[in-house]
Amino acid sequence: MEAASIHARLRERFGDAVGDLTGSGRTVGATVEPARIAEVAAWLRREPALLFDCLSTLAGVDYPKRSVIQVVYVLYSYRLRHWLTLRVDAPRDDPRVPTVTGVWSAADWQEREAFDLLGVQFEGHPDLRRILMPEDWPGHPLRKDFVEPQEYHGISTSRESLLKA
Amino acid sequence: MGLAGFEVEVQRRAAGGGVVTEDMTLSMGPQHPSTHGVLRFVVRADGEVMKEAIPDIGYLHRSIEKIAEKVGWHGFIPYTDRVDYVAAMFCNHGWAMACEQLAAIAVPKRGEYCRVIADELCRLHSHLLSVGSMAMDLGAFTPFTHTIREREYLNDLFEELCGSRLTFHYMRIGGVGWDLPPGWGDKVLHFLDRFEPLIDEYDRLISFNKIYTERLVDVAVISPEDAVDYNLVGPNLRGSGIRYDVRTDDPYSVYPELEFDVPVGRGELGTLGDCFDRYIVRMREMRESCRILRQCLRQIPDGPVIAKVPRNFKPPAGDCYVRVESARGDMGWYVVSDGTAFPHRCKIRTGSFAAISIIPKVSRDLMLADLIAVIASLDLVAPEIDR
Repeated sequence: MEAASIHARLRERFGDAVGDLTGSGRTVGATVEPARIAEVAAWLRREPALLFDCLSTLAGVDYPKRSVIQVVYVLYSYRLRHWLTLRVDAPRDDPRVPTVTGVWSAADWQEREAFDLLGVQFEGHPDLRRILMPEDWPGHPLRKDFVEPQEYHGISTSRESLLKA
Repeated sequence: MGLAGFEVEVQRRAAGGGVVTEDMTLSMGPQHPSTHGVLRFVVRADGEVMKEAIPDIGYLHRSIEKIAEKVGWHGFIPYTDRVDYVAAMFCNHGWAMACEQLAAIAVPKRGEYCRVIADELCRLHSHLLSVGSMAMDLGAFTPFTHTIREREYLNDLFEELCGSRLTFHYMRIGGVGWDLPPGWGDKVLHFLDRFEPLIDEYDRLISFNKIYTERLVDVAVISPEDAVDYNLVGPNLRGSGIRYDVRTDDPYSVYPELEFDVPVGRGELGTLGDCFDRYIVRMREMRESCRILRQCLRQIPDGPVIAKVPRNFKPPAGDCYVRVESARGDMGWYVVSDGTAFPHRCKIRTGSFAAISIIPKVSRDLMLADLIAVIASLDLVAPEIDR
């Protein structure tokens, strides 16, 4: 199904919780109200004409100018071969987004990654722990204002150039 | 394999009273020869039978996505090699495609052919290591020496093509760095003539060898539904019987001009989606790669290999999502540009990341030694998981 008709159906079902159709190519889709994302996701997966059975990518993006952390869900349907991208804008100082682990198992680790690197709190996630960074790492490194610590457990994170006179 | 006879015996005695069993927690890795990189599993086992295996990743995290935001569009290409250093061409390709899509750059035809030739050689390169090391992990040493021998010739071909044997840095935004060297195509054809009969030799040596297949058949069965739910991709997805390949189903580059089949698992020795199906899909993909390479070398047109791309590359603001069929399957690149000389965000969704996340589910009630078969059959490459 074309993205425009998928979007029309989403609008019909969820009204103003779904924003306008934006983007192009694979990232064509709409913004969804943070509180409604799990519900929208479950519906997209279940609805017989849509059947989004695959969460292809879940990415967090920091937009400090707008003061939001955007969570991007790129969805694909293996059975019907169509695409949709959902975007959720969570406030940067306290990004809370309901989890979609109940909808796609693939979301489990991808949400952990977004939590680890951007600090998005996925509410209801069964095991929201850091995944790539050490457990005691300070802050979330993919945030634009992240400052790398000078040292980690006594190990310096920078080194003087050997080429300087 | 499920509950072994030994385990049943222990349970029978425990039920009769007298014998008390207790779970054992083992830490497997991070340094373990069969984990293909630095990767750790915390295994809770009852005797030889695993109750669960929990992957602990991040030991090879090099913050490549953060580096992308610091080094600029052109400057990131050498770093993409390190995302998956066993199949670096695909990472080059993914990044270049993402940049080209953002800036609407058309790659010259010859450049696309060079890319596909490099990609398919790289697929052979990666699959040879995968099937060879899989056999070695399961105790068969000889096949490893055979596959590594052939891989060495591929390394030589790559070295002649781009100067590197592993981290190629061959592709550029808009095309490839160098044209094929004179006479190189004939060398590839010569290699293929020698290599194709060797695939039959591997099959005779190991693929249908009873000792080997007994370790794989019916082990860690992944149903097609689970494969999609966990977003398994590439040979792991096709091993579960789903005929989906980005090269044919969401084609990019010049793949629509090429003819090849997409092998899928059929459960021919056991259950659909077991370790053997994932293994045999890779063996068969190597033949298809040979077919593609022959067609490419026959069809490659003359012309430039790279489009004109400004040195100060600033794609217009926007985002894109591109996928390439890497040796470990569909690799997704979500890239955001804010119109400056540096990417705003680059997210790389890799095949191994999804594949390892299914291990807690499939490892339940397997024998401890089968975990090695599962890791190998999913073709996990630690740097690709951690990035």
